[in-house]
Amino acid sequence: MLLRHTPLKIQDRKALSVNPAKTCQPIGAMYAALGIHGCLPHSHGSQGCCAYHRSTLTRHYKEPIMSGTSSFTEGASVFGGQANLLQAINNIFTIYEPDLIAVHTTCLSETIGDDVLQITRKARDDGKIPEGKHVIHASTPSYVGSHVTGFANMTKAMVNYFAESTGKKKNQINLIPGYVEPPDMEEIRRLAELMNLSTVMFPDTSGVLNGPQTGRYRMFPPGGVTIPELISTGDSMGTIAMGEYASGDAARVLDTKCKVPCKILDLPIGLQATDRYIDALRKQAGTEVPAQINFERGQLLDIITDMQAWFYGKKVALAGDPDQMIALSEFLVAIDMWPVYVVTGTPGKIFEKRINEITKNSPYPVKVKAGGDLFLLHQWIKNESVDLLIANTYGKYMARDSDIPFIRYGFPILDRIGHSYFPSVGYRGGMRLLEKILDAILDRKDRDSPEESFELVM
Amino acid sequence: MVIQNEKQCSADLEGLDPQEVKNDLINKYPPKVARKRSKQIVINKIEKDQPVPKIQANVRTIPGIITQRGCTYAGCKGVVLGPTRDILNLTHGPIGCGFYSWLTRRNQTRPVGPDAHNFMPYCFSTDMQDREIVFGGEKKLKQAIEEAYNIFKPKAIGIFSTCPVGLIGDDVHAVAREMGKKLGINIFGFSCEGYKGVSQSAGHHIANNGIFANVVGLDDNVKEGKFKINLLGEYNIGGDAFAIEDLLEECGFTLISTFSGNSSYDYFANSHTADLNLIMCHRSINYVAEMMEKKFGIPWMKINFLGADSTAKSLRKIAAYYDDQELIDKVEEVIAREMPAVLKAQEDVRSRCEGKLAMIFVGGSRAHHYQDIFKEIGMRVISAGYEFAHRDDYEGREVLPTIKIDADSRNIEELEIHADSKRFNPRNSEEDLKRLAEKGIEMETYNGMMSDMSDGSMVIDDISQFETEKMIELYKPDIFCAGIKEKYSVQKNGVPMKQLHSYDNGGPYAVFKGAINFYYEVDRMVNSKVWGYIKAPWQKNPELSARYACE
Ligand code: SF4
Ligand code: SF4
Repeated sequence: MLLRHTPLKIQDRKALSVNPAKTCQPIGAMYAALGIHGCLPHSHGSQGCCAYHRSTLTRHYKEPIMSGTSSFTEGASVFGGQANLLQAINNIFTIYEPDLIAVHTTCLSETIGDDVLQITRKARDDGKIPEGKHVIHASTPSYVGSHVTGFANMTKAMVNYFAESTGKKKNQINLIPGYVEPPDMEEIRRLAELMNLSTVMFPDTSGVLNGPQTGRYRMFPPGGVTIPELISTGDSMGTIAMGEYASGDAARVLDTKCKVPCKILDLPIGLQATDRYIDALRKQAGTEVPAQINFERGQLLDIITDMQAWFYGKKVALAGDPDQMIALSEFLVAIDMWPVYVVTGTPGKIFEKRINEITKNSPYPVKVKAGGDLFLLHQWIKNESVDLLIANTYGKYMARDSDIPFIRYGFPILDRIGHSYFPSVGYRGGMRLLEKILDAILDRKDRDSPEESFELVM
Repeated sequence: MVIQNEKQCSADLEGLDPQEVKNDLINKYPPKVARKRSKQIVINKIEKDQPVPKIQANVRTIPGIITQRGCTYAGCKGVVLGPTRDILNLTHGPIGCGFYSWLTRRNQTRPVGPDAHNFMPYCFSTDMQDREIVFGGEKKLKQAIEEAYNIFKPKAIGIFSTCPVGLIGDDVHAVAREMGKKLGINIFGFSCEGYKGVSQSAGHHIANNGIFANVVGLDDNVKEGKFKINLLGEYNIGGDAFAIEDLLEECGFTLISTFSGNSSYDYFANSHTADLNLIMCHRSINYVAEMMEKKFGIPWMKINFLGADSTAKSLRKIAAYYDDQELIDKVEEVIAREMPAVLKAQEDVRSRCEGKLAMIFVGGSRAHHYQDIFKEIGMRVISAGYEFAHRDDYEGREVLPTIKIDADSRNIEELEIHADSKRFNPRNSEEDLKRLAEKGIEMETYNGMMSDMSDGSMVIDDISQFETEKMIELYKPDIFCAGIKEKYSVQKNGVPMKQLHSYDNGGPYAVFKGAINFYYEVDRMVNSKVWGYIKAPWQKNPELSARYACE
């Protein structure tokens, strides 16, 4: 047993976190920053955080993740990191020549109280930022929130630094896709474009973190939202933001700052959430939903119709990020599965409320926790097992010990590929999720069926 | 241990003037940066009876340069203590540091039974919140320890401090003492805040100090067995320690403790009963070896179990140290049995890899050790460097007295160690030492990497991303060895990249069987078909005229 010390008895823990279902803000900020074209993220703190964030993102995407660090030593920790950051900015623009540097803080620089905005102003005054180049920053202390908060903060910083309203509206809409994978962002845009909408999406990591093998490495690949596009977000007709936790703040700030009205939706995962997204696009575009989208929706429905028997009544345990867990739970309920345990490491009030609403007709008691951890989830499972576990790679230890079918979903996935290339949003993404669910459940059935009831056709 | 290699005399390295290459590496840097980097980029010089050139190492990384280095916490919790299965490692800090060091290093471990403690699949953290940053985190830490004890009943708890802890002034050592007394188990703290040093290296030192001061020597029971040794600086990544354990046992050695691959608290506690310490990774663990020598009189020697020749040499060296005919014979028997398969594999792989170029930029010892394996299949390492080593790892321990102690190194406590009044027992008399010296058995020395590298090769300390890309562009190596952060930028350049921190998902590579694994791993990577597909047919042959004829 790998998790041999996880007892059945659940003791109250107030101070000890075991097997977290979240990580820290800067990694989310780093990921978001990589969704700006020509951007080098920069970690303002000691170099370990940066090394850890790069390593984890690299393992998740199997792609190069570059970022600078202010490399604090004891001196900087006592006297502040201004000198380090000024030097870093100068070095980065000289050596790596990005269009912009996106600085995020760490626990260390936050605890010291470095004023990054003031430091970047000084960098500009000292001529350390070349003409036409930018330094933006987000404050991302990890002792608040989680990696999702960091993503949200960096996305908000994009608005704060760049969005401008010229007074002349542009015929385009803003899409804030949330903390999703590169192919999800691509899919979210594709659906909007099918509706004939012109879009600016930020951040946009598609093409950046799922790039091709070409025999030539480029630190700044072609993808990502450009700075002129970011500036233009202030003139857009409206904003559709996906995921309250990851995108809500940016959308609201854009509304306040530039009077761009926003609609904050759930992530378009599964049938109904995608329906709501398409409906919002339709109203925004003032057009009919094209045949292609109806076709895809129909395909998703077709799978649900055909394979209903295998979904019906199955109990699911889930762990992951709040925006994802909310939409995914709704999808599971829609296909007659029952989320019975739902955990996110990210703190926040609306999470538990939303999950409880979504599962209110459940025949089973539902346990849900924001700010929970995988240790607790495993204890729940050990007390009363489930038919399926959906979690990031760390879930496989629980799945193996408790012998439950397992789907990898969320961040990080360190032992499989696919999440960089195939979406799990939109109707097509829904189809992919269903394929995964069925594979897991039916493979298990094939493994466990006695010989006489081992079935050819399922 | 010196492995002689044919010394190249030509000043050229693969047809390029190394001095010009060096200029290419630093020309783009701002002048101050270039000056500093130029001391860390050295063209090796091998002259008879002359020391190798001086290199600057273990100095601060320049902000913004894109380094691959990590932090003190990573070196302490992640590297040295992480592989120990039955110490409950509690990270005191915000969630990230603990999360990232959770199972990511591929240290393998084998608990002795189904009920034995194994906390390695778990991540324990105090998940510090803003309230603790403002009001202090000691209370939460105490409570977390209590909760951990109640649920897991470990025999020992290690507390690892992350950056904010030092700043807010939490005294983890006082908490450790208090809670240790209260719960009746061994609890110890590490002040391994990330900013404490210039790299992971400071964390190794802090871990060495902590484990030595708090655990080593607690169990005086003397185990049965002959030729009692400790293996130091072997972390069982990809199962290396398992392979070494098997080999040592077969030869007749008794392994008391490994620091710290496949290790257990009890082994550490008992490790002072060994009679010899063997050092694999000099950088991360030499402190423990020195402290054990001073306090208990245990001598140490540098060995290397990476590469078949190095393994054979190391085994012979240890056997010669013990000077026991039965042991010597057994060692020879094992070597004789293992070598035919090794030579056969070498010959096979050489036919496809001979003459190819490799570069290695990792850690604190593997950049040296892996050169031996590459040589065995006829490949040449034309450039290498460490991520966090010190000058002695490059130039040899003779330079130790000349290394300046700077502010960053002064940060790390040097424990004052005295001979233990009861248990100090020098394992060798003056005569023994003389006899060993006469036989050419080098004790307490390490000659560093550079003397084993060819004349004109490039030695680069703490290589930056920019320099990495330049080296690849200039030399087009056939394989590049480094860590996860460099992996995919290298491969996107069409060059296979082998991780030598985590081994990707391979291993073991240690001892004879591991060497064979590594030969074939390199063979697979260097000769993979994929490198031939990068250009699509239409990119190779862009003309557009088409003929559709049934020829
Ligand atoms: S110190 Fe903070 S920012 Fe750095 S890794 Fe730890 S939690 Fe994350
Ligand atoms: S906060 Fe400090 S201890 Fe934690 S990863 Fe960053 S540098 Fe290391």
